[in-house]
Amino acid sequence: MEVPIKVTVNGVLYEREVEPRLLLVNFLRDVLDLTGTHVGCDTSSCGACTVLLNGKAVKSCTIFAAQVDGAEITTIEGLARNGELHPLQEGFWQEHGLQCGFCTPGMIMAAYQLLDENPNPSEAEIRHALEGNYCRCTGYHNIVKSVQYAAKKLNA
Amino acid sequence: MSSWKPLDKMTILSHYYPRIEGPEKVSGIARYTYDLQLPGMLYGGILTSNVAAGKIVKVDTTRAKQVPGVRVVLTDIHPTGTIRFAGEEIAAVAATTPQALEEALRNISVEIEKNAFVVSTEDAMKPTAPRVFADRENVRKPRVREEGDVEDAFRKADVVVEAEFRTATQVHACLEVHGSVVHWEGDELIIYDSTQAVHGVRKDVASFLDISPRKVRTVCVHMGGGFGSKLRGGRYTAIAAKLAKAANAPVKLMLTRRQDFESVGNRPDSIQKIKIGATKDGRLIAMDAVSYGSGGISGGARVRLPHVYKIPNWRYVHHDVYTNAGPARPFRAPGSPQAAFSMDQLMDMVAEKLNMDPLELRLKNDPNPTRQKEWRLGAQKIGWQNRNRKPGSDAGPVKRGIGMAASVWMTGGRDTKAMLRIYPDGHVEVRCGTQDIGTGTRTYVASVTAEELGIPLKKVIPLIGDSDYPYSGASGGSTTAPSVAPAIKNTADKAREALTELISDKLGVDADEIQWKNNSIRVQNKTLSWEEACAFIEDEPIEVHGKWTEGLSSAGVAGVQFAQVAVDTETGQIQVERVVAVHDCGLILNRLTTESQINGGIIQGISYALLEERWMDPTTGTMVNANFQNYKIVGSRETPEIEVILYDEAERGVIGIGEPPTIPTAGAIANAVYNAIGVRLFTLPMTPDRVLEALSQQRS
Repeated sequence: MEVPIKVTVNGVLYEREVEPRLLLVNFLRDVLDLTGTHVGCDTSSCGACTVLLNGKAVKSCTIFAAQVDGAEITTIEGLARNGELHPLQEGFWQEHGLQCGFCTPGMIMAAYQLLDENPNPSEAEIRHALEGNYCRCTGYHNIVKSVQYAAKKLNA
Repeated sequence: MSSWKPLDKMTILSHYYPRIEGPEKVSGIARYTYDLQLPGMLYGGILTSNVAAGKIVKVDTTRAKQVPGVRVVLTDIHPTGTIRFAGEEIAAVAATTPQALEEALRNISVEIEKNAFVVSTEDAMKPTAPRVFADRENVRKPRVREEGDVEDAFRKADVVVEAEFRTATQVHACLEVHGSVVHWEGDELIIYDSTQAVHGVRKDVASFLDISPRKVRTVCVHMGGGFGSKLRGGRYTAIAAKLAKAANAPVKLMLTRRQDFESVGNRPDSIQKIKIGATKDGRLIAMDAVSYGSGGISGGARVRLPHVYKIPNWRYVHHDVYTNAGPARPFRAPGSPQAAFSMDQLMDMVAEKLNMDPLELRLKNDPNPTRQKEWRLGAQKIGWQNRNRKPGSDAGPVKRGIGMAASVWMTGGRDTKAMLRIYPDGHVEVRCGTQDIGTGTRTYVASVTAEELGIPLKKVIPLIGDSDYPYSGASGGSTTAPSVAPAIKNTADKAREALTELISDKLGVDADEIQWKNNSIRVQNKTLSWEEACAFIEDEPIEVHGKWTEGLSSAGVAGVQFAQVAVDTETGQIQVERVVAVHDCGLILNRLTTESQINGGIIQGISYALLEERWMDPTTGTMVNANFQNYKIVGSRETPEIEVILYDEAERGVIGIGEPPTIPTAGAIANAVYNAIGVRLFTLPMTPDRVLEALSQQRS
């Protein structure tokens, strides 16, 4: 039995019928073809699938699509404005907060919530906010710098 | 022999510049294998064995086939039917959705005639242990290497130290699991693969399927980490190809996280018993080492002893041990972090016995002139003079210490080819069948071209990650940069010659009257910009082919690392506070990505030192922690302050740096822990329980 949902993703309203067991991450990737949200594990441990659900960073592998009826979701594809990278995206590029880049979308979405709530985070606060996101390559050093770059730019 | 231009003439190479595909990666536009969606694509998956040893008797797929959305179920995918580890492939399914796939896999019932198994290296070494292979003993024939007269040297030694070290099995745990998207075009197979070797996958998968490599093409545009585990073609790719053929539709088959942990590689464990002899003035003269280790059903557990120090008389006997566990695959500097963990600790033990500064002992016994300078530089940066003179002497429960260890890696460049086209609008396209595993290969394919032609980076379109492009080897062994960069330079040089020739033809002047300045061309008292020069090209782009040449790369790098730790003697927690890393990699192609590689190697080394350990359940024979919940890797909070010092030796040409920085980290941390608490840890990972255990033994 399929469940009807209405959900706004990156500003676009989608009305779809979904299987109750469909995970949000599969809805985004396989139904809407928004594949910037990655899958790194199946235990909510790695954070590669992090998206914003009504402004809060959540791991989309741990939520059913049916649960987000009426919600607003932002994925990595929704951060750039008019072709301009968001300061966080720019920071991860310029400060080289990425190597293979597979963890990057999730890192950026987790960092987005941090800067939303705390525009001037300390280094320790940045590290704390990102502890639910793994980078195996592993670029934490530059990831922290990338978030600092964005904080500086957003506050300028 | 060709050579690079002098450093002071370089405008891109050896500088800091961001990677060119950065915008795609930070926008979520970059498509990894996992992200590909082909029209009509099915989701493929594999049912793997949860039994460690046995014979497949019956596979019943009746219920699986009834699941709505299931298109194909295959049961003939195991080559022999004999299971030797939990994680071997038994059946495969292709279905229209991931949900239907999962349901179908759950509904396959398998009957296996179980055999006795053994999953721990020590258990497998016992004479009564079940045999992993019926026709072979678990402990394989020892491999012996020997130099000098070991017994005589030990008789002459003034001090002898001896210890047994253990290191755990480490799993690659790439964030993107292994997997492929495949489709058939007639009898030709196209594979999109998360791989470190597009050409290698073509060869291996063609061989698995018994078809000509001519009929196989492999593509890998972006991939989510490999670290050695993705150097070869996978059986899963061949299984995906069979599913796709049977379904007559493209198939995406990504392993599950559990399967990725169990079956596609690991760094084997080690048990190392090592004895070192030295003279009283601090010369190492003898080493006698025996090691055991298990790469599961494969070999590959040898430790790279005797590490970096000069020991005139040594013997090393290694035994690979079979266990019923997934096979090893090369993992970032195979055998080397294990060697730094044991040998650099033994160095400190010898120094203590001789009442000598560990730095001085290293300077006396390290034959490498680069590392001689690196030791001094690193010691100065970390503040070696301020260390605990007496280990464990800090007041209070949290104690600090400093330690050091060495790195060496010996590979260089090898055969790589490239093709370059210059278009009339001045754009340059470079094709090379290498791949970017996250290190920045794509970026230096462009930057070497831009540097040699004197044009902006954005004029160059690097095309890599396709087995239809000119040959380049696997991205492994730190060979990629010294293989690819020279080939690209050689190709760009040929392109410039070809353009010069074209202009000389068009203008009717001798080629030697055409002079290349930095970013312009001087001819007949006129200056042509790059665009004006390229405008001479008409319909047919200039096309040249080049290859790896001597003189632009070298083999062999040296490195040292110093770690400062804080050990909480009440909780057993080790916090790495600071790492100073001094590494040489010849000519630096990009300082930003090079420093990032070194950071990454160190952080992975910390993870190996403090957290990572595969746990096999002796009663079920399965991996207990085949997920990121229980297999711990470091996160942002465990990452220390890192100071990377690139020891420039540009005159040596390009040398790889992927592996060397992960080698010394665990050894340096172990020595720092000893310096902090006055108790030595001989087992990796150095978890809080092991720290507390060591402290309690010291007290009793």
